[in-house]
Amino acid sequence: MGRLTEAAAAGSGSRAAGWAGSPPTLLPLSPTSPRWLVLAIAMVRFYMEKGTHRGLYKSIQKTLKFFQTFALLEIVHCLIGIVPTSVIVTGVQVSSRIFMVWLITHSIKPIQNEESVVLFLVAWTVTEITRYSFYTFSLLDHLPYFIKWARYNFFIILYPVGVAGELLTIYAALPHVKKTGMFSIRLPNKYNVSFDYYYFLLITMASYIPLFPQLYFHMLRQRRKVLHGEVIVEKDD
Amino acid sequence: MKHYEVEILDAKTREKLCFLDKGKSLKDEDVLQKLPVGTTATLYFRDLGAQISWVTVFLTEYAGPLFIYLLFYFRVPFIYGHKYDFTSSRHTVVHLACICHSFHYIKRLLETLFVHRFSHGTMPLRNIFKNCTYYWGFAAWMAYYINHPLYTPPTYGAQQVKLALAIFVICQLGNFSIHMALRDLRPAGSKTRKIPYPTKNPFTWLFLLVSCPNYTYEVGSWIGFAIMTQCLPVALFSLVGFTQMTIWAKGKHRSYLKEFRDYPPLRMPIIPFLL
Repeated sequence: MGRLTEAAAAGSGSRAAGWAGSPPTLLPLSPTSPRWLVLAIAMVRFYMEKGTHRGLYKSIQKTLKFFQTFALLEIVHCLIGIVPTSVIVTGVQVSSRIFMVWLITHSIKPIQNEESVVLFLVAWTVTEITRYSFYTFSLLDHLPYFIKWARYNFFIILYPVGVAGELLTIYAALPHVKKTGMFSIRLPNKYNVSFDYYYFLLITMASYIPLFPQLYFHMLRQRRKVLHGEVIVEKDD
Repeated sequence: MKHYEVEILDAKTREKLCFLDKGKSLKDEDVLQKLPVGTTATLYFRDLGAQISWVTVFLTEYAGPLFIYLLFYFRVPFIYGHKYDFTSSRHTVVHLACICHSFHYIKRLLETLFVHRFSHGTMPLRNIFKNCTYYWGFAAWMAYYINHPLYTPPTYGAQQVKLALAIFVICQLGNFSIHMALRDLRPAGSKTRKIPYPTKNPFTWLFLLVSCPNYTYEVGSWIGFAIMTQCLPVALFSLVGFTQMTIWAKGKHRSYLKEFRDYPPLRMPIIPFLL
């Protein structure tokens, strides 16, 4: 696999944009760090009031879309170098989140009340709260061990849970996509091209199979290094 | 007879022996006595991993598209509906496209066998899978649409096709001229590097403006092919190819600048005056 930095875990999005030690500047954190907390509170409140997850997505969707699109900033951070994570890895992560939010849940209304949506929303929310707490406390130079422990252990459950939520959601969307032919281009047309969103989604789902283990094991290696001080020799490409 | 003590150490754990550029490997032709070392030389070795010859990779990656495109052109069963099996397109441009595409890859195969002089003998084995996926994949994708029963010919008809064909042919001749000029720079069996200059062949005059006119002409050929077929996948293939060739051209340009003090300053890597 070579030298992947810590910015692993697409799926559930436990995107640990990591590095061993050098603290980020305040820029990645400023107006956006409490956003996931806001989202979490909104979700909990909704559930407490309504007792069901139906309509949950609808109530938080604006916030979710706004915050998740904001994540594009993270790619810029990598590009201009204030975060040492690779642009490609961050790009892949953010793209997969944006894909889920805009191309699946936003566009395919019938699946918005699926349980699987709540599944990945919860996974993303907890992950991001943990991650940003980790950054904030690291910056303030006062990192409680619990936060570090959480950041490097929660993903073990959250990542598969998030991936499961995402895959189940895409799977639930398939019949609707096939029926409506949405986002697809058919022949004949002037530019002699075609695109079938249905098959695209199938391929996307299949791509989780090679990607998920790579990222998951990368996170596990990072965990062993940070929490247990193991020296891990990365295979040179 | 001078006596040398040579230590052979693992590259991973120490710094490499280096001069000229930090981290640069020694050349095959280097002679130990000529190197700037004392009586003790430390040589670092690195396992490059499984290798495959450049010629093998080129032949495989080019033979694929040639063959695959023809499968679609002849509408071999199981690609389009059964009623189209082995039928022929009624559009002239489709036949023209097949000739151009096939010519292009036959030219590449012949150049690999008889024209190119490679600096390196081998490349990492995994490259053949990566490269073949790229070439074969795109060839299949393009060929599928161009030879499709529902193919739509270019909007501006014969005019567009003629213009595009002219661009394609000129660029193919240009590309070939550059390959011949580069070959003549380097005697057979040697690995010398010299600054390429324009020759009597007008196609090589592009050397006045770019370091890698072979890439310039190659992009031009594919743009011609894209206009001729008016097929978006071809345009995308051209774009991806252009991106990769720009990266290579910039690298080559940088090497030239580093190696030759008197390198012509007007030259850009791949696009005159721009890139």
